[in-house]
Order: sequence, then C-alpha cells, then structure tokens
Amino acid sequence: MQASTKIVEKGQPLFFKEHQDKLYKSLEDKHTTIEVSEDDPLGTRMILNMGPQHPATHGVLRVLLELDGEIIIKNRLDVGYLHRGVEKIAENKTYQEFMPYTDRMDYLSPYASNVALCLAVEKLANIEVPERAQYIRMIGSELARISSHLLWLGAMIMDSGAISMFIWTFRERETIYDIFDKLAGHRFTVSHSRIGGVANDASDEVLKMIKDFVVNLKSEINGWKKLMNKNRIFFDRNNGIGVITADQAISLGLTGASLRATGIAYDVRKFAPYLKYDQVDFEVPTRLEGDNLARYYVRIEEMEQAIRIVEQCLEKIPSGPIRVNNAKKAYPSKDEVYYSMEGLIHDFMMTDTGVCPPAGVECFHSIEASKGELGYYIQSDGTGHPWRLKIKSPSLGNLQVLEHVLDGQMVADTVVLIGGLDPVMGDADK
Amino acid sequence: MTQLPEFYQELVTSVKSAFPENVIEVTFYQGDVLLLVNQDQIHEVLTFLKNEHRFLYFCDMVAADRFTSEDRFEVIYNIISLKSQKRLFVKTRCSEENPTLPTVVDIWPAANWHEREAYDMFGIRFSNHPDLRRLFLPEDFEYYPLRKEFPLLGIPGSLQLPTTTPDSKV
Repeated sequence: MQASTKIVEKGQPLFFKEHQDKLYKSLEDKHTTIEVSEDDPLGTRMILNMGPQHPATHGVLRVLLELDGEIIIKNRLDVGYLHRGVEKIAENKTYQEFMPYTDRMDYLSPYASNVALCLAVEKLANIEVPERAQYIRMIGSELARISSHLLWLGAMIMDSGAISMFIWTFRERETIYDIFDKLAGHRFTVSHSRIGGVANDASDEVLKMIKDFVVNLKSEINGWKKLMNKNRIFFDRNNGIGVITADQAISLGLTGASLRATGIAYDVRKFAPYLKYDQVDFEVPTRLEGDNLARYYVRIEEMEQAIRIVEQCLEKIPSGPIRVNNAKKAYPSKDEVYYSMEGLIHDFMMTDTGVCPPAGVECFHSIEASKGELGYYIQSDGTGHPWRLKIKSPSLGNLQVLEHVLDGQMVADTVVLIGGLDPVMGDADK
Repeated sequence: MTQLPEFYQELVTSVKSAFPENVIEVTFYQGDVLLLVNQDQIHEVLTFLKNEHRFLYFCDMVAADRFTSEDRFEVIYNIISLKSQKRLFVKTRCSEENPTLPTVVDIWPAANWHEREAYDMFGIRFSNHPDLRRLFLPEDFEYYPLRKEFPLLGIPGSLQLPTTTPDSKV
C-alpha cells in the first residue's frame, strides 16, 4: 500500500505534464493546516478525477477530488476545456460579426446573449432602439430563460435519479425551438437581435404561438410541482445539500438564481432596468435556505415570473418599426437593399465597417441572463472593431463557488451540486 | 464633462479627500463612473471603498492591453454596493516591464479566478495571490494570448496535442 506517497508523485500524467503537476500540487497545498494522515491502513484515501467527459458535469468540467471514503476532503476544478478565445476573436470582428459567437457562449439561452451584446454596443454607440424591437427582445430573452431553466430542471432531476422529467421538459423546449424557428429562422443559435433593433418582425402567427405556449406551460409547471415538491426521494436528495450562506454568496461573487436562493434579491432587471423591464410587473423570487432545494424552488418560480412577463409583453407590444432608421447605426431593411442604390451601399458599409462608437470610450452593460448576470465590457478605439471586449460570464463565477461548496460533501452529491448551480461550460470557458 | 449624479459626487469627494494624490482621473460615460487610481495605492483605495462605502459585491474584473510604451496593461475592477444599489468601476495601470499588481483576493475572495484569468491572458502577476495558476490554458503554454502582439491564428507547435494512436509521435 503506497498510501503515504504524495499526490504529485502518484499522478503520472501523459499529457500537459506541467499543467497536471501544478494542478495536483495545488490540491495538495489547499488548506495546508489540515495534516493528511500518513498511515492509511484501509486505503480509503484516494484521488478521483471526474470529467472532463463525465455526463453529469454538464459539459467539459473536470473535477479533481481528494476523497476519504465517500467524503470529499479537498477539491480542485479544472476549467478551460472549451476555451475558444472568443474575446480575441471579438477584437478582430465587427460588432455585428461577433454576434454568432455569443450564441455559442451560453448555448442554452442564445437569445439572451445576443441581446446582451447588442445592448452593450448600443449603450457604447448611443443608439436608441424602437419600442417594438425592445418588446420582441424581451419576449425572446424570457423565452430563452424558460428554455434554459427547462433544460436545467430536466437535467438536475435526472442527476438526482428521475429520468421521465427530462423527457417532459424537453417536449416543452421543443415548442420553444419551433417558436424561435418561426421568429428568427433558426431553432437553436438564433442570432436574431441586430445592433439597432432585431432582424425581422414577429408575425401575428408567432405571437399566437407564444401565447398558446405560455398558457400551456403554466399548467405543465403546476403538474411538475405536484410531482416534485413533495416527492420524498427528490426532497431528501436535495434538502440541506450544498448550503451557501448569504455572506458566503456575496463574498464569493455568486450570481443568478443561486444567489437569490440564499436570500439576496439581486436581479439586474430590478437593479438597473434595461429594455422595458421597468414597464412590466414581476417579482424576484428568493429563498433563505441556500441549499439545492432552495435553488430548485427559485428557478421554478422564476419560470412562472417569466411567463408573467411574456404575457404582459404580448399585451403591451406596440406596432411600429423594428430597427433604427439610420444607415450609420443599423442595417437598412431588405426592401431598401433590393430596390435602392443607397440601401445597397449602406448594407455593404454596415457589413464591412459596421457601427463605430466614439474613440476612447468604454462602458459596461449587463443583463440578467438565465444563469445570472451576463455583462459585456467594451473599450472602443473609434473603429468598427472593439479594442477590448470582456465578457462577464455568470457560469465562471458560479463555478468558483462550487470549489468552496464541495468540501465536506459526499462524492455522490457532486453531480447534484453541479446540476443545482447550473453552469454552462461554453459560457464559463469563453 | 457632464455632471455626476449626487451619489457618485459624494463618493468621489470622499475618496479624493482620503487619497488626495492618488485619484488621477474620474470619467463618466453613459452612466458608468470610472475612477483611475494610482497603482501604489490601489489596494488601499479598494479596501476603503469596501469598508467605508459598502462595495461588498465583486462583480467582475477586466484586464486590457493598451499597447502603449508606458503603463501598458490596465485592470478595471467592477464592484457593486448592494446597499446603495450602485455600480462603480476602478481602474489601475501597470507597466510592461513589471506587470505586477497587489491581489484583491483578501478583500473580495471572488476575485480569485478573475485574477487567474488576467494572469492567463495577459501575464499580469498578482502579488500575494493564494493560487496563481493559469485558469483556462494549460501551464505548459508559454504565451499570453490576449496581448495584442499574439497572432489571431495562434502559434503552431505551442501546445502539445494528443497522439492519435498509442505508437504515433504526432
């Protein structure tokens, strides 16, 4: 039994040797006050590598755990397996060209990512968006939130042992895909928002589909609540697991529904209202427990609030233009492009150079995406490309908290905890 | 410059009176207030903001490459006061020869991974950081990809890739 060997000596990596060594060493260095017992006659101490291809880590998250039996003593997360360098790409693209990349950041709610980028650029270049476009964006963002929470609900409950929920939530997501297909022309990576408005108008047919969908979803959610809320297995599996206190959440920078589950009502839609969120009536659901069950309740209630917002938007949506009528700030409509010379030139100029914010300015705009606060910090040098574009991704901040939460938990709860915090690796890894 | 809102005016006055020499510039654009602070006192200013003005929530940290000969790198802290429901940006700069800044992990533990990211992407070092490793890229990688001189297509051969079969060398 080689129990007393150091972790660094045990791990003999074949690949990225220096990286693995430092990671293992870091696992050894954490909490240096705790002495690792030298003799381990039963061999209960072990290092467990979970991921990056583990199905329950929701993407390519690698979790390195040091276990004593079934208890996690120390852990390290290794992120970056999905790093594509989108911030570098952004510096070499025009603002509009960069939008399809935002779809692939948080690929569970792409519409919200598009809106976040557009709002940041519009704030930087001082572009006022027509009201109808703002309402369409709001409906899209809320549908994206519902879509993301539906996937989370199915996957998280599957992580805690029930399979059938996954099928039911995916049936509802399918309807959302159909709506996006009709609205934006794409099912998954929509890229529907444009700087200065949206790509195409929402037809009456789409609005009718959305209306039918939210009415139906309401009764579906009630059914799920009946099934899950008092379900003994689900309740015991999540109650008191991974408790995060409000103080911890604030100091570690938790965001989104997980933050609200600790009792802090921080929601960007209320903190700094964007679009028309100050015109609609909705609540910010919170819980005080801060455990996995609280996160479940908060997200379910958030879906109900999202339905409320969509319903109000459908009532309030005015008719009118969907894009700014200014050739220097937004794409001209296709009618203009096909039937007038100026329109064609403007379309070409927008594609080639795009929107040029003033030189030397910088600003930050964030929205409340489904995972938490999603923000873009843009520095402009006066050209059509950003000088520096930094994405504040909610999943990265939440994963950082996971590292603190996992210590002392059972190894079987790891998957439930990852499910409860709901990270998306495309978003966290950039 | 347009007039600052009342809250920020008081805040800036308070910070300026506590650190008269070190607040270099205050910018206000589209509602975002940004303080440019001298590198020597950045840790003290941030501690002051947290303790006296309740900026308890660390939202984000932005590092950037200005590509200038002096003060090449800059770091922008994005902090929130939940009590007054306000956001503030604090910026500081460091040189290319010695890209070192004091860590703020002792003030906000949330800054841990953000500082690691800045180190990973720009090579800015944070003194007294508890665990300064690269965040996204492997340790074997020796470049800082978000620096302006790093090519968009990457550097061939800079990362070891997995072998396709057990015997092959590539």
